[in-house]
Amino acid sequence: MYEKDGEKYFIVDSHIHYWDASRENWKPGAEEYAKGWIDCFYGYHQLGPPETHWDYEKYLKVTPEDFERDIFTEGHVDHAIFQSTYLKEWYTTGFNTAAKNAEMLEKFGDRLIVNGRFDPRDGEAGMAELEADAERYNLKGVKLYTAEWNNGSRGWKLTDPESYRFLERCQELGIKNVHVHKGPTIWPLNKDAFDVADVDQTATDFTDLNFIVEHVGLPRIEDFCFMAVQEPNVYAGLSVVIGGLMHARPKFFAKVIGELMFWVGEDKMLYGGDYNIWVPKWQVEGFVDWQMPDDEAFTDYAKLTTETKKKILGLNAARLYDIPVPAELQLATTAGEDLQPGEELVKDVAGAQA
Amino acid sequence: MRCPPGSELRDAVWAALGTVLDPELDEPITELDFVESCTVSEHAATGAAEVVATVVLRLPTFFCAPNFSFLMVADAFDAVAAVPGVTRAEVTLADHHASAEINGGVAAQAGFVGSFGEEAGAELDELREQFLRKAALAGQDRVARPLVDAGAGPDELAALTLGSVPPSPELNRLRERRAAIGMAHGDDAPLLVQADGSRVTAAQVPLHLRRARLQRIGIETNGEYCKSLLKTRYAGAGV
Repeated sequence: MYEKDGEKYFIVDSHIHYWDASRENWKPGAEEYAKGWIDCFYGYHQLGPPETHWDYEKYLKVTPEDFERDIFTEGHVDHAIFQSTYLKEWYTTGFNTAAKNAEMLEKFGDRLIVNGRFDPRDGEAGMAELEADAERYNLKGVKLYTAEWNNGSRGWKLTDPESYRFLERCQELGIKNVHVHKGPTIWPLNKDAFDVADVDQTATDFTDLNFIVEHVGLPRIEDFCFMAVQEPNVYAGLSVVIGGLMHARPKFFAKVIGELMFWVGEDKMLYGGDYNIWVPKWQVEGFVDWQMPDDEAFTDYAKLTTETKKKILGLNAARLYDIPVPAELQLATTAGEDLQPGEELVKDVAGAQA
Repeated sequence: MRCPPGSELRDAVWAALGTVLDPELDEPITELDFVESCTVSEHAATGAAEVVATVVLRLPTFFCAPNFSFLMVADAFDAVAAVPGVTRAEVTLADHHASAEINGGVAAQAGFVGSFGEEAGAELDELREQFLRKAALAGQDRVARPLVDAGAGPDELAALTLGSVPPSPELNRLRERRAAIGMAHGDDAPLLVQADGSRVTAAQVPLHLRRARLQRIGIETNGEYCKSLLKTRYAGAGV
């Protein structure tokens, strides 16, 4: 819990990692990709405040002690949700597997949720793995990285027939939250890999599932917002938005938050700190202190209320994951409820003024 | 990084690179600092038969999308090769996961399919057009926003044509993007148009401008990330 100016915030970090990018884990023959991947992340890391920067060696792999301090002792986080990113073509034991994340469960099992994953190209073996993970970790969510390389394939779409088979199985297994992360390589390569049209179609076809689009669809925020306004079961994952913009590009951070508040709404935005790209401390504290600027350029964006921040920082995610929230910290949110799309926006009769 | 001045030919090569856009960011690669080096062989001065322009491009990350990366290298090759006085262009991309395919393919003038084989699917015309359409939507916000700020209302905005708004670089840019996708761009073309080119009605103006602004913010935010990451990746670089 984080307390500031007499207000108490229940913090659910909906997107954290616990990766192993150490050199020993770079797969022989694929070292340049393993290095390229973590170097790319290290670039993002440096968009945070300078005093939070780590040296490269530490960045490759943190210790359990680092994790505990960064997330719980200093990070204000009450509950955190582990997302995985396997990348076994580049990292021998995987970049960040569910099993690696689960190492932390022994000590912090009451505060951590391990999400699973699937890759429809893995076929029956992948299905068996999903089922085993669902039982082992009592899965309520999966993280899907559609640009993952797999046996000569450079990616997949949520609308692939095999993918639907996995999503149907997710429903049967009680997995209701699907975190989607787009990446740069999708077959065929001539298409825009960051296109979220497949999420749109899938969200329509699986109305019982919640689709959390990570990084708010970056670099296609507009496509994401145009979709989210029409799909009541689509949510905005703020990982990388707060970490990558709040410090480095504050004006753009304000614009993006303003647009998300308009198109998506405060009940469908989920804080994610994206550890270990960044630590949560400065992000939580900074967001609680943050307000839409008073400048002329921002006047038709909504100001954030304390309630708004409480929802975004934890209460919305708590609803999606059935995380118990102390009664005195609770607020009403429509997160997780069956809603109709924002018809007033879709039908071109918005109250928004030019 | 600016080509070292010294010859008209070098300046001409640099100017040619300035016409190459990052299709996603809708900005010239020269302004994005994507040109790592740009040299013209010394033969230029001595009047030798072969004059080689050598350009190395760089991008914000090792994993920038291969399709857009290919377009920039191929477009830079075409632009530089077309400069009068240049007899051979060598344009390569450094530090990228698909450098080998892209550089080999562009040098061989193999096209995207020839460079990536079956993975490619098709050439990139459709992708390029998709992003020009985004740029043409964002451009409506760029041109209309000052008028909105000055108090123009929906009726007035819906009636505007490209010829009736004050001249500006943003207006020229919007005309160019529309021309590139075959959309009306003359003086009598409406400023605010739907994706199919039809005029936006006064009642639709508020939401349309919301969409146009979101599109602009999407592109510009993407650009800010790219610039930040490039600066970090090539610490000490210009920008």
